[in-house]
Amino acid sequence: MSREVMEYDVVIVGGGPSGLSTAIKLKQLNPDINVCLLEKASEIGAHILSGNVFETRALDELLPNWKDLNPPIKTKVNKEKFLFLGKTKKISWPTWLLPKVQQNHNNYIISLANLCRWLAEQAESLGVEIFPGFPASEVLYNDDGSVKGVATQDMGLDKEGNKKDGYEPGMELHAKVTVFAEGCRGHLGKELIKKFDLDKGKDPQQYGIGFKEIWELKEENHDEGLVMHTAGWPLDNSTYGGSFVYHAENKQIFLGYVIGLDYKNPHLSPFDEFQKFKTHPAIKSILEGGKRISFGARALIEGGFQSLPKMFMPGALLVGCDAGTLNMPKIKGSHTAMKSGMIAAETIIDHIKSSKELSIYEDKFKKSWVYKELYEARNVKPSFSWGLILGIIFTGIDQILFKGRLPFTLKHKHADHETLKPASEMPKIDYPKPDNIITFDKTSSVYLTGTNHAENQPVHLQLKDKDLPIKYTLGKYDEPAQRYCPVGVYEVQKENDVEKFVINSQNCIHCKTCDIKEPSQNITWVTPEGGGGPKYGNM
Amino acid sequence: MSVLLIAEHNNKEVKPFTFNAITAASQIDQDLHVLLIGSKADDVAKSLSEVPLVKKVLHIDHEIYENYIAENYTAAILKHADKYSHIICSANTFGKNLMPRVAALLDISQVSDIIKVISPDTFLRPIYAGNAFATVKSNDEKKCVTIRPTSFEAAETTGGSAEIEKIDAADQSENTKFINREEIKSDRPELGTARIVISGGRGLQSGENFKLITDVADKLNAAIGASRAAVDAGYITNEHQVGQTGKVVVPDLYIAVGISGAIQHLAGMKESKVIVAINKDGEAPIFSVADYGLEADLFEALPQFLEELNKLNTIQK
Amino acid sequence: MKILVAVKRVIDYNVQIRVKEDGSGVVTDNVKMSTNPPDDNAIEEAVKIKESGKASEIIAVTVGEEKAQETVRKALAVGADRGIHVKVDGTIEPLAVSKILKKIVEKENPDLVFMGKQAIDDDCNQTGQMLAAHLNWPQATFASKIEVNDKSLKVTREVDEGLETIEVNTPAIITCDLRLNEPRYASLPNIMKAKKKPIEQINASDLEVDTNPRIEHIKIEEPPKRKAGIKVASVEELVQKLKNEAKVI
Repeated sequence: MSREVMEYDVVIVGGGPSGLSTAIKLKQLNPDINVCLLEKASEIGAHILSGNVFETRALDELLPNWKDLNPPIKTKVNKEKFLFLGKTKKISWPTWLLPKVQQNHNNYIISLANLCRWLAEQAESLGVEIFPGFPASEVLYNDDGSVKGVATQDMGLDKEGNKKDGYEPGMELHAKVTVFAEGCRGHLGKELIKKFDLDKGKDPQQYGIGFKEIWELKEENHDEGLVMHTAGWPLDNSTYGGSFVYHAENKQIFLGYVIGLDYKNPHLSPFDEFQKFKTHPAIKSILEGGKRISFGARALIEGGFQSLPKMFMPGALLVGCDAGTLNMPKIKGSHTAMKSGMIAAETIIDHIKSSKELSIYEDKFKKSWVYKELYEARNVKPSFSWGLILGIIFTGIDQILFKGRLPFTLKHKHADHETLKPASEMPKIDYPKPDNIITFDKTSSVYLTGTNHAENQPVHLQLKDKDLPIKYTLGKYDEPAQRYCPVGVYEVQKENDVEKFVINSQNCIHCKTCDIKEPSQNITWVTPEGGGGPKYGNM
Repeated sequence: MSVLLIAEHNNKEVKPFTFNAITAASQIDQDLHVLLIGSKADDVAKSLSEVPLVKKVLHIDHEIYENYIAENYTAAILKHADKYSHIICSANTFGKNLMPRVAALLDISQVSDIIKVISPDTFLRPIYAGNAFATVKSNDEKKCVTIRPTSFEAAETTGGSAEIEKIDAADQSENTKFINREEIKSDRPELGTARIVISGGRGLQSGENFKLITDVADKLNAAIGASRAAVDAGYITNEHQVGQTGKVVVPDLYIAVGISGAIQHLAGMKESKVIVAINKDGEAPIFSVADYGLEADLFEALPQFLEELNKLNTIQK
Repeated sequence: MKILVAVKRVIDYNVQIRVKEDGSGVVTDNVKMSTNPPDDNAIEEAVKIKESGKASEIIAVTVGEEKAQETVRKALAVGADRGIHVKVDGTIEPLAVSKILKKIVEKENPDLVFMGKQAIDDDCNQTGQMLAAHLNWPQATFASKIEVNDKSLKVTREVDEGLETIEVNTPAIITCDLRLNEPRYASLPNIMKAKKKPIEQINASDLEVDTNPRIEHIKIEEPPKRKAGIKVASVEELVQKLKNEAKVI
């Protein structure tokens, strides 16, 4: 069976804030342009996970009348706290001493998934064709090497890749310009960055893994509009990370933890660090009497300015965190992602109408406030490679005194998969057993994500060398996949005294951590059959 | 007003779930009449009359009722439903097929699959596959209710002597013909939908030993599951695998035999209503989710288990 | 032959149900919704019959709020020819749905009506049988095999005892079991084409059907939590507990 082909002016891969903003802006600038948006989740929003304290700057520009369109943007930040946690103690940091980028009083506590659902409605009302449940699995190229479009995943293949009864071939979508908006570590974006050498001369990209739980609190513990961040315990001084606690509407809090994936100890389990964090008296007291209602995890970009690749190539653009526009010290990426998409849309209109080169994207981007933000924020994350304390002192000087304008740029020295030390050189970490009230195990957590992948399909977590995990990684690093995967996809099992590396790909929540952190880059995340993955509600 | 219970039978015997439904019906109203619709089913009428909770047996006997056809049953029920406040039957495939047809013609919004009688008009029923329980109150004057049999104990079957009243048949439907029924024993319920699942793990030590599991499964009309270890070891094919990578099952009863309870496996069965673990190793994680744990050698425990089950007579095949 | 297929939009079966704290229901806001799984089997069977040349048209119908249309749209993407969306707001009981469907049947005159055997939200298992009653048509519920003949169908039903085969004259109502077939994927090209197929919208209020609920939902709650397990000393004790305490055998 050959694949059907459909021609569009613009094909957008990914229905997150950047892709949807691209789509909306395109239609605003030219209502006649044909725009198709593919989303791998079963519906828009179902693979979106974010804090999220939302800065409306980009939205103000995109949809100036957004307040009249019943947006899911309701809870204005009215109080802020920053805590340094010791094992049992806490020190509250005065908010007036926080760098301006960490002040949130004009921002809103939102569910980004719901914002995306709403943006998708706006896009559809402008005539954008949105197709959830169809992952773009393959980049198509023209003879001259430029990007021609994408193909969607075949459906109905069995484990070995044979066609099952209901087999449906993927479809080719050709476009004048293809926009890649897959979010952090997009698997096509990764291919394009390599193929077109887009990261040449840039620092290695930096990532973190973010966890999020939604809790329904007891009334007396809830303080709608309160935004709290913490640093410190349970992470040691040399591991980059911290928490967020956002008091949203309906007695809910968005509770999360972000850990830099440049951590060194292979025994570290980000999931368990997060669970442990909740046992701190300052956090536990908030959660007590409440109920966990959602769980999820997703990798995020932390490299910022130094790691930002070139965002254009023949026939295609990268937007949002497929490139890496997140502002780490601000702990925000939605507004920058949206803005990058809007700039991409303007570029595409110029390109199609006046045959301007796609390289004008870079010029436009450099003139925008996103670039300025990322530039000023550039030294914060690398300074934490000196440890939490020095990082904070430096950040104070850099952000408060110099407002990010120090005349030098710190470098990200290593890619995250290079930072692990051998297991034998690092201390084992003893994580407490879950109590099933405040802390939970991976199994009960993965349940809440609603993730599933249809049975009997090719494993979408591919090993370049299938023997490597047992032959090498287990001995040297105690196979850290068992721990860095937030939902227990990877296991080492002993059968008849033979160790075996097991991949429970059905559990995958598409966080991409394995693709990033595997020390030999032996795991490649590819798109599973359409509609697979988590079914996040208001994450 | 009285309640009318529709009996399920095969013209020779009362089907066991009827006795569970009798218990539920008697909790709604003591004045319980049973409607028997059959062909040459006098023995059934007699059995029903001996149930102490039954006050009266209404017996329609006609050859058109030799096989159960919902259209024919409905006409018969409607002919005699007038004086009853509730019409009741069990929520198995018999009652599920029949009751809505009756309810619609009486213009009643049926209450399906109740697990508890709270009052004559208020009931508890599971929704979302048992992930939520709804307390519902019927505001219809007359009520049509189906009963989840396993939520009520079977009524005593002897000691009563209710009156048996022969009543008239109704017209036969021309549009539905019974052809045959294959009672399949070997074709067990599917893993995903079975009410009872019994699973074996590596503790069984060989494929042949799965026979021990199969025997119990036959007795309980249970589906057969397996841990991944057992599948990987080649004891059984992978369509039986329960767990993250296999099927996720939520039966009323899950029996894990010789399964240690890796997180893998637990993910696929821990939402089961009742979990039984039989394992030699008292420290096995499976015991942490089991409602009933039996620390024993499965090669002794399983044959004994079968023997004990054979002593019970209430298991519906 | 014309086939009408009724489909319902429900919370996706992968989503963990969450009961609202105030006992008024389950959380449905921003929850992934899908077509009720056995309704997919119903559509699939209709499409297969059409592909075999025995049916000329498939009409997908749903009763529900505005977004219930998505379910019809999906049916169109896998082979239904046109759709009907009967719009109602709020909850609607199977009795009222069956009365609405009766009106649609009277308008469309199909030879067969297919639907899933049960919806995975309210688990009522009523609508098909009720519709059959209102129309005085024969019913074949829990169908796992269907053989289409000239004026009748031979249907194998999944019953407690095993398999039962009945023959029903058309017009008839069939409710479908998950075992009936393997629903096909909605391919992207077909989804694109389905966007152009017509969906007629009808307001339930225009059909003169009483849709007022007859059943009050007093409280929706979580099922009781698992009690701490116990260890039993013997097989006898185990069987006794399963029978008398857990009541599962």
